[in-house]
Amino acid sequence: MSYIYFPGCSLQSTGKPYEESMQAVFAALNIPIKELDDWNCCGATAYMSISELKSFALSARNMALAERQAGAGNSADMVVPCAACYLGLNKAHHYLAENPDLNAKIKGALGVAGLNYSGRARIRHPLDVLVNDIGMKAVTERVKQPLKGMKVACYYGCQLVRPYADFDDQHEPTTMDVIMKALGAEVVDWPLKTRCCGGSLTGTVPDVGQRLSYILLREAKKRGCDVIATACPLCQFNLECYQSEMSRKYEAPVNVPVAYFTQLMGMAFGLDHKKLGLKRLFVPVHAPAAVGGSHVAA
Amino acid sequence: MSQPNMKSNGTPKVGVYVCHCGINIAHTVDVAETVKFAAKLPYVTVVRDYKFMCSDPGQELIQQDFRDGKVDRVVVASCSPLMHEATFRRALAEAGGNAFMFQMANIREHVSWVTLDKVAATDKAKALIAAAVARVVLHQPLQKTSVPVNPDVLIVGGGISGIHAALTAANAGKKVYLVERDPTIGGHMAKFDKTFPTLDCSACILTPKMSAVRSHPNITLWTYSEVAGVEGYVGNFKVKVRRKPRYVDEELCVGCYECIEACVYKKPRFPDEFNVGLSMRRPIYIPFPQATPLVAVIDPETCAQIKTGKCKHPCVEACLRNAINFDQKEVIEEIDVGAIILATGFKTFDASRVSRYGYGKYPNIYSSLEIERMTNAAGPTGGEVRLTNGEKPKAVGIVHCVGSRDNHTNQWCSRVCCMYSLKLAHLIKERTEAEIYNFYIDMRTPGKGYEEFYERLLKENVHFIRGRVAEISDWAMTPEEEGKLVIRAEDTLVGVVRRIPVDMVVLSVGLEPQADADDVRRLFNISCGKEGWFLERHPKLAPVSTFTDGVFLAGACQGPKDIPDCVAQAGAATAEALALIDAGKVELEPNTAYVLEEVCSGCQTCIGLCPYSAITFDKEKKVAVVNGALCKGCGTCVASCPSGSLQQNLFTDAQILHEIKGVVNYV
Repeated sequence: MSYIYFPGCSLQSTGKPYEESMQAVFAALNIPIKELDDWNCCGATAYMSISELKSFALSARNMALAERQAGAGNSADMVVPCAACYLGLNKAHHYLAENPDLNAKIKGALGVAGLNYSGRARIRHPLDVLVNDIGMKAVTERVKQPLKGMKVACYYGCQLVRPYADFDDQHEPTTMDVIMKALGAEVVDWPLKTRCCGGSLTGTVPDVGQRLSYILLREAKKRGCDVIATACPLCQFNLECYQSEMSRKYEAPVNVPVAYFTQLMGMAFGLDHKKLGLKRLFVPVHAPAAVGGSHVAA
Repeated sequence: MSQPNMKSNGTPKVGVYVCHCGINIAHTVDVAETVKFAAKLPYVTVVRDYKFMCSDPGQELIQQDFRDGKVDRVVVASCSPLMHEATFRRALAEAGGNAFMFQMANIREHVSWVTLDKVAATDKAKALIAAAVARVVLHQPLQKTSVPVNPDVLIVGGGISGIHAALTAANAGKKVYLVERDPTIGGHMAKFDKTFPTLDCSACILTPKMSAVRSHPNITLWTYSEVAGVEGYVGNFKVKVRRKPRYVDEELCVGCYECIEACVYKKPRFPDEFNVGLSMRRPIYIPFPQATPLVAVIDPETCAQIKTGKCKHPCVEACLRNAINFDQKEVIEEIDVGAIILATGFKTFDASRVSRYGYGKYPNIYSSLEIERMTNAAGPTGGEVRLTNGEKPKAVGIVHCVGSRDNHTNQWCSRVCCMYSLKLAHLIKERTEAEIYNFYIDMRTPGKGYEEFYERLLKENVHFIRGRVAEISDWAMTPEEEGKLVIRAEDTLVGVVRRIPVDMVVLSVGLEPQADADDVRRLFNISCGKEGWFLERHPKLAPVSTFTDGVFLAGACQGPKDIPDCVAQAGAATAEALALIDAGKVELEPNTAYVLEEVCSGCQTCIGLCPYSAITFDKEKKVAVVNGALCKGCGTCVASCPSGSLQQNLFTDAQILHEIKGVVNYV
């Protein structure tokens, strides 16, 4: 099965290392993936709070394009790594299926542009695809440099499992844990898997937002983790970019590397670090001592 | 429409009576118009409407018309036949008519209660009345038959409900079979230390009843046994009971514990079911010191002798009465009973299903049933409430509504948790002097002395926080929270999110139907509601009866109940069973199948299909024969008969076709 990749705005800007590492990992696992032609904004955040209809229309256009690109009769599974895009598109998918009035309006709007959305397009997160389609056998076989001794805190954030828990448990998700264990890493017991990172509050009300990020970082550090694995560009940004500011503000050092789970997969697969965007991280990730202990990022 | 057979029936004179049911029907159905319509239907001689047809004056209308010779058969258009068919049949019979020259048109449950559209409602009411009239024209007088009732009673489940039912029936002089699947009777109540709101000792009030069961001459107690099959019908059930081998002779064992002490497993190492896994037992064990019967049992899953045959079995030598018998086999007992009372109880909600509460993940988080055992003086800790490190907790959180009132798990209120949470709060405080925090959604304390008990707990300085707990975790935000379990909840009275650090958490788990409730319901041919609780015949007016005559419900198998309610319901179920038995006979509905011998080809298709084994084959005449006493009128044979020789009283082909035509012609 071939997947249709929907990058959204983050993966080609602040989340670039996510895109790079995901594509490298998918290539290493021989998972066919092709970027969606002519994609547009997923419809998340700003649109949703100002005009729901426009937001759904934007989402639906992407899904309609995916159905067209897949071709009639083929499955149209969209791989959506950004958690906000994933939720935005998935929400539209659910709403349009459950709300015939809305569906009719959207159909009309798409029709003007010569597009049609049948509901066939499925919104998939890379965690879902890796665990449920590819399976851990294939992942384990591809591991060349196991992350032995590396303590990982798996951080899912809120949007992957709430309100739709389509591929993992709402409160106690495990897909990322399963992958990290397959890579040979040690998954630390971490009860904050889905606790808020601060979201956009980090930009709007920094005191509140940063405190939420700080709680996550401090607890990760306290549990002795070497790296926090994330699956969301905003989580990664919030947790990583303000660490020095937070350390000053709360008078406690919270320097913990925060990497995309796909970057850690790439490291375990022994892929070229340049292809994994590791150098783009502010806080360097250290490869486990067992495989050399070298500084990976400058 | 074909002409009915006038020879035997004469010219039918149909009376149609349309009920307003107050405004229940009249508000939606245009009664005056249905009356006008009915008057024009064939064979209708009288049409009347009345505010309440089921009232005495309403019934009198029918009776007077019959006595005056104006009508010889009756249609009442009112509610469901489940509600009042018996009422009107009786009224007709009392006036001198035949009860079965009657048909009901349901224009309430099927019409006025399911639509607001007056035109559509009136149309449908007319169609149903036309159908009823068309069919009643073909009705023939029928007679009920009666069969004697077996006076013995089967009670399934030996918790407090089953025990109370068994003693009540036995004291009334009935022979009772009490079947319990565990090795002892006592149920959940035997596990508790105290009962709310009086705080009287659970064992002190239960164990006398348990030993009374054991010694009662009218009660046959079969523990470690399950009902394997049920056949027959009200008054005459044939039941098979599977008695599992306990490998210890019940007649010989005196419960001296010598065998248990002698077991090759010097250290108990298998989770003790009675202590809900908080302690260990040996493969041979007695569940608890007041177990009834006080007889050891060997668990075949863990006994080395049974599993490998290679044990030195010192238990055998230790028993001076030679009670241990590894050759014991399963026994099937076959009994005949007239009534069955189901008292199969409930199971508690598995708290690990709410992952954010950390049950099974963090130490010192317990289900309420575990704490019941911990507070029990005869329990695994001798009644002490202790943390895993052996210390007394200084702060304990009690989380209400775990698996209750929650759309993610169970929607219902489990009714007992608020009160048992209060009880546990009192007991834990009494034993540890810990600070106790109750997290509740609403305090539900309706019961005699219950609200007063809540008041008492408030005075005992137990803390109450109104809000559903969001999460229980081990991560700290402050130095006071380090090393503690932190309960996070929105305090909805104050409007803030609270984080309360505690040493121990009690999850007040809700009540659920037994895991095999669906199998049990099939076995006894009764129904379950959508939640899985056994369904009563009527929620208000027949709360202990089921839709299967002769099968009654007692206790929490019908829905969550506390001990007083279980006992009350068990008494009610027994009274219903006694009423059935003491009547001496049951009347059988005449809606049975019969064979038109001249048409029957003797193919015997029907015989294998009959679920009640009511059909046999007459080899001389080469035709099927229906035993009217066994036939329940299900119609399976009638539908399957390839030659149309099987017919059913009140459901003849002609009657059904006329009924259909009545609707179709109207539409």
